[in-house]
Amino acid sequence: MSFHSALRKSAKSVFLRSEEALDSPFGGEDNPLRHLGAVGMYLLWLVVASGLYLYTVLDTGIDAVYSSIGDLSLAQWYLGGVLRSVHRYASDGFMLVMMLHLIREWSYGRYHGFRLYSWMTGIPLIWLAYAAGIGGYWIVWDQLAQLSATATSELLDWLPIFSQPSARNFMAPESISDRFFTLLVFIHIGLPLLLILALWAHVQRIAHVDYLPSRRVMLGTLAALLVLALIKPALSNPPANLAMVPGALHFDWFILFIHPLTDATSPAIVWSLLFGVTALLFALPLLPHPGPQPVAVVDAANCTGCDRCLADCPYAAISMVPHPRRPGLKLAVVDADLCASCGICAGSCPSSTPFRRRETLVTGIDMPQQPVNALRDELEAALARLDGRTRIVVFGCTRGADAANLAASDTAVIPLICTGMLPPAFVEYALRSGADGVLVATCRSGGCDFRLGDRWTSERLLGQREPHLRRTVPASRLHLVAASQHDGRALASALAEFRTRLESQPAASDRLPPYLRRVSHHA
Amino acid sequence: MLKPAALVGQVILYGAFAAFIGTFASSPKYQQIPDDVALIKLSISHLGGRECRKRTPEELAKMPPNMRAPMDCPRERSDIRLEVDLDGQPVFRAVMHPTGLYKDGVSTVYKRFEVKAGSHQLAVRMDDDLMKPGFDYIKDEKITLAPGQVMVIDFNPDRGGLFFK
Repeated sequence: MSFHSALRKSAKSVFLRSEEALDSPFGGEDNPLRHLGAVGMYLLWLVVASGLYLYTVLDTGIDAVYSSIGDLSLAQWYLGGVLRSVHRYASDGFMLVMMLHLIREWSYGRYHGFRLYSWMTGIPLIWLAYAAGIGGYWIVWDQLAQLSATATSELLDWLPIFSQPSARNFMAPESISDRFFTLLVFIHIGLPLLLILALWAHVQRIAHVDYLPSRRVMLGTLAALLVLALIKPALSNPPANLAMVPGALHFDWFILFIHPLTDATSPAIVWSLLFGVTALLFALPLLPHPGPQPVAVVDAANCTGCDRCLADCPYAAISMVPHPRRPGLKLAVVDADLCASCGICAGSCPSSTPFRRRETLVTGIDMPQQPVNALRDELEAALARLDGRTRIVVFGCTRGADAANLAASDTAVIPLICTGMLPPAFVEYALRSGADGVLVATCRSGGCDFRLGDRWTSERLLGQREPHLRRTVPASRLHLVAASQHDGRALASALAEFRTRLESQPAASDRLPPYLRRVSHHA
Repeated sequence: MLKPAALVGQVILYGAFAAFIGTFASSPKYQQIPDDVALIKLSISHLGGRECRKRTPEELAKMPPNMRAPMDCPRERSDIRLEVDLDGQPVFRAVMHPTGLYKDGVSTVYKRFEVKAGSHQLAVRMDDDLMKPGFDYIKDEKITLAPGQVMVIDFNPDRGGLFFK
């Protein structure tokens, strides 16, 4: 195993454990670690909303710029002061969440294949965010702004981009004019707008984007920032004076860390580091990684053009075109570059029902590595082998808890690429073909490697999403368990509990009429 | 409905998030230079000299009337030699090249020196035309720097050449 793989796996393990730990108080839907992108977007909106108010009170005159912001924190602490603090702390939070999001996606190996576009478009966002953040500090024009402006211009001057050193603009108090702040405000508004535009591009190749986290997460985050704003309001340092070097300053290490780093090293080292890390991030997809899996394949004869795969695909890999042979009907088309090979489309296809009497089950959209027909054959073979008082079929996810250990004479385990590829009719089929119960083990809520597999599976089996499990299927004979990679024991306990429950209920009380496909077919 | 334990857990974790943000958004304090140190910034942007030649009346007569400039100047500018001594010790020696593809732009320099606050003897010498021997501009002065003071060494021909501010 290469150093990079070992490092990535260690980081992944830390994230997995942390996410699982946070599931206890938050639950999957409200777990901020599982929705870092959405939390980041929310923090950005807080920055934008609070920034709009600050913009209205900002006086861009050289003498008034400091006092117009400074007075806000004192004379109007209850509104302007709080908004200023929220603006600063949400910006810091955004930086923190953005970097966590980057490290998390890297640790999960989400930088190649169908995720290449999102990875590549995410890297420039970091530069934009820092440029906007650093520029924001200058507007206050206190000593921290002076330090940052001088240090940034000295850093930029190391690059051969200006004919004259830009640091000459900050040589003496008279070097700064009103126009500087007007320009700064436009830049500080323009860069975040560019950031929002780039974020829009960043999420273009995924469907059902979480633009915002859950309401509870939003309220919790806002409450945390408001409390922080009241306890420790963001205040200005003393006003800038270019004739003096600032003394010890309250320093924002989230955004301005680059200045101490430059002072401790040199502009050459800092630029090498910045360009080096950026190049490394861009080059990461070139490192060895698992090869692509076969993508979903559409069978035109069996595709009804119902749009369900289009609605369920988490990566917008499916589009609908006019059917070439059936006028008025549509046909699903898979974009191989975008397909994650998760099989969620196969699970959404109404043609994937195992009750179809054809000897070979061909569905509208299918996975070559685990076709629905093979799944039905595997299920039938497993059911034929089952023995014992209570026979249970377990559908597991190969990326979630390892269910293979649960296999026994009375328990059949069928691993799936993602539980989202399980057509709900398979549950009824298993129950009518000899199983006493069916356990479906999805990943934990919000923990699906393919984003939406756990959600779609639950909604389909609970009758909230098409294709849904028929309501005639007794709920008592289906057990849905959310289990992540480290939840092997919890899954075993859930199976044991389910078995006990099934055994305690009266025999044949809610058993479905048997269905034998081959007999039925030949009849 | 949230269980009380989950609610407490969430409050603690959101509190930890806020505490982390609040802490590193303003501390630890950062000071760029020590208290007893001042800063000298050497910042000069100047066009180097060039050797011009006066055109003869015959040459001017041969030229179109609208282009009869009396002086014939090359486009390229001379390099500029700059030396800075502090308390008799050389702290900066450089030859600044003109910018631009045709070497017709300004020569610039920007350097910062951290020095102990107090009195110092500062000498700056600049030669903006290397074709001629010797330094064209010299400024040698005793300066007194307060702690944290920023003193700029600049050049402006309208202000008599080199000056400290």
